Amino acid sequence: MEEYVIEMNNIRKEFPGIVANDNITLQLKKGEIHALLGENGAGKSTLMNVLFGLYQPEEGEIKVKGQPVKITDPNVANRLGIGMVHQHFMLVHNFTVTENIILGSEPTKSGKINISDAAKKVDELSKQYGLSVDPYAKIEDISVGMQQRVEILKTLYRGAEILIFDEPTAVLTPQEIKELIQIMDRLVKEGKSIILITHKLKEIMEVCDRCTVIRKGKGIGTVNISETNPDHLAELMVGREVHFKVDKKEAVPKDVELEIKDLVVMDARNIPSVNGLNLSVKAGEILGIAGVDGNGQTELIEGITGLRKVKSGSIKINGKEVVNLSSRKITETGVGHIPQDRHKHGLVLDYTIGENMVLQTYYQKPFSKSGILNFNTIYEKAKQLIKEYDVRTPSEYTPARALSGGNQQKAIIAREVDRSPSLLIAAQPTRGLDVGAIEFIHSKLIEERDKGKAVLLVSFELDEIMNLSDRIAVIYEGKIVAVVDPKETNEQELGLLMAGGKRESEGVS
Amino acid sequence: MQKLLKNDRLFNIVVPVFSALLGMLVGGIIMLLGGYNPITGFGALIDGMFGSPKGIGEMIRAASPLILAGLAVGFAFKTGLFNIGVEGQLLVGWLASVWVGYALDLPTVIHVPLAILAAALAGGIWGMIPGFLKARFKVHEVIVTIMLNYVALYVTADIIKRYLYAGNEKSYKINESASLSSEFLASITNGSRLHWGIAVTIIVAFIMWFILDKTTTGYELKAVGFNQHASMYAGMNVSKNIVLSMSISGAFAGVAGAMEGLGTFQNMTVLSAFTGTGFDGIAVALLGANNPFGIVIAGLLFGGLNTAAPQMNFNANVPQELVEIIIALIIFFVASGYLIRLILMRFSKEGK
Repeated sequence: MEEYVIEMNNIRKEFPGIVANDNITLQLKKGEIHALLGENGAGKSTLMNVLFGLYQPEEGEIKVKGQPVKITDPNVANRLGIGMVHQHFMLVHNFTVTENIILGSEPTKSGKINISDAAKKVDELSKQYGLSVDPYAKIEDISVGMQQRVEILKTLYRGAEILIFDEPTAVLTPQEIKELIQIMDRLVKEGKSIILITHKLKEIMEVCDRCTVIRKGKGIGTVNISETNPDHLAELMVGREVHFKVDKKEAVPKDVELEIKDLVVMDARNIPSVNGLNLSVKAGEILGIAGVDGNGQTELIEGITGLRKVKSGSIKINGKEVVNLSSRKITETGVGHIPQDRHKHGLVLDYTIGENMVLQTYYQKPFSKSGILNFNTIYEKAKQLIKEYDVRTPSEYTPARALSGGNQQKAIIAREVDRSPSLLIAAQPTRGLDVGAIEFIHSKLIEERDKGKAVLLVSFELDEIMNLSDRIAVIYEGKIVAVVDPKETNEQELGLLMAGGKRESEGVS
Repeated sequence: MQKLLKNDRLFNIVVPVFSALLGMLVGGIIMLLGGYNPITGFGALIDGMFGSPKGIGEMIRAASPLILAGLAVGFAFKTGLFNIGVEGQLLVGWLASVWVGYALDLPTVIHVPLAILAAALAGGIWGMIPGFLKARFKVHEVIVTIMLNYVALYVTADIIKRYLYAGNEKSYKINESASLSSEFLASITNGSRLHWGIAVTIIVAFIMWFILDKTTTGYELKAVGFNQHASMYAGMNVSKNIVLSMSISGAFAGVAGAMEGLGTFQNMTVLSAFTGTGFDGIAVALLGANNPFGIVIAGLLFGGLNTAAPQMNFNANVPQELVEIIIALIIFFVASGYLIRLILMRFSKEGK
């Protein structure tokens, strides 16, 4: 019998109306990286919150190093050596790394906080695990990847033996992901055990030893990674076969739908974020914009959709100049926009799904007449869209807030695609979604393309760009530095271009 | 989920009732400590509210401006704004209604609505100022509205003294044709000062409900309140909606002023301190859960407490100071609805 550092046996957790965890068993061996795989809303976070003491299970038992324990709150979890690296970092931005790490357990020396000793300890830990974090750096000055390492250090500082990573790669660039994987290897070598919550199969195959799959709140089983493959894992997770490679016909590009010339858009600090950008998207094609986050993608999209003032340049949609028109005018020109941040821009979370479905059309017939809303038509429409796009919601009267991320995104896509825009802008349309939802969204985008619509796709996931695009435009420092054919390029070349390198064929200029 | 929603609605009714009872309980203990009989005390209070037609009439009369102030706060709140300036908007509305009521001579059917509209307009403009400053310069509306309360207090006092002064710190009386008072209503309530203002109040409550729940304007206003980014994304004009919301809220408050000017007092006093109605409106709105019909009920409770409080003094010999403490306690507990909600939730969980 092997020894487990953590055993969660037959855990059951209910919320009013739903069973979030139904008889789930997860056993973590010492020194392994154990993946917890499941779709959005499958109950991964609930299970981990049970382990972290935020929820109490209705049934089942938790054992730490063979001893049955009751974890009543996160402090108990910390004392048992369980640490959580949250998806959304819990850091105070204008504090230093050390100040953040000691927050809540400040070491004091005659009533004064003893920063220097703490900093020394942080530095030691950082060196031991190869984190290279500067203990005196301010959080606001360091990158997202570095912030995550601070979160890791925070758990190590508190003596965590078991680290839970909640979707750690969702916010990272490909380079940062690589580094994180190295860090995780190092942690395990130093004797820590890791639970990795994720729905990214590639990462599981790369770093994990074993994987526990849950589906719709039920434990499906635990598999050894060496004995499985991504297709099998996906099938376990979704409960049916999943196609990774999107089936698509050759694109039949027609006239230019979106034409951007010499576009300059300033960012919040009034620095040109989009700096003389040229781009055109034809009807009937998907143009993917590849690039590292922060190279002007957000400002480009906000410029096109009228959410941000354009400094200079021209944007023509279907031949019509739209620079600095109001968002409403641009939407009415025939632009659909799946925004990057669905909570910030995409939905009014306190509105019902029905109300959200008419976010841009509420003032038009048949949804309203002389300023009076017609809720019958609105909810009928919502009902139809919910069915058509398989948005899983108890009803059209449910607040958008109550839906899972994937279903919120489906609702946005339903709304944007249903308006049948001639230009569809999709920014990170599958961020944080599971394979089932991703497959659905990809097929919808391709469907729109095949209907002769122009699709502008922005994504930080190279796989997604490579898979969907008919042409790939690489953005770097606010300019399109290359437009490549996905069939004639590879991730290495794209990665190089995204980092500001030149194409080999172009030579040195 | 459906069940949960239903529970939630039930909760919205149970919480304020429970809060009021808890407030009375603590008030009762204080009365006991002071050596007074809480049963006679509260008996007198309830008798003052419901015991006689006159009591009921006075309760409704006092409730009108409170309800309107509550509607003003609630309207702004539903659209994500905190209008602390109801007091000031009420004062300018009061003055405008009195001025129109005094200076013009028109048939009643025109004069009364015109005076009320003038009050709404004055209050609306007073509310528009902080709305504009927020939309244009991102100045927080709480600060501006608080400051404008003082401006309103002293400006109205000054205008009365300059242009409308009838002596004895009062303005001229309004003409009969602009008055909301009603012999009929007074007679059925045994000579209370009840006036037609309550009808105006109910209409305004309906207007609030209609705008927020039925119109595209309300859809926009609420969306902007919930999420400005998504509203901008949806092509709404966020600035316009902020200004509009504060203006409508201010207009409601202005009508509250007209209740005093055209109904209860028929003139305006040179005030040296706030009436307090605007601030009570915040509590009324909270107690009514920002729902127009909830606010009507909450306003009636406040009105009743205000008018019936002296009865506790007269009939049960509870000193005036203690009466005010008890009233404040009831309001305090009702306003702590959030806390009460938490406690109730804990109870119902354990009950399972």
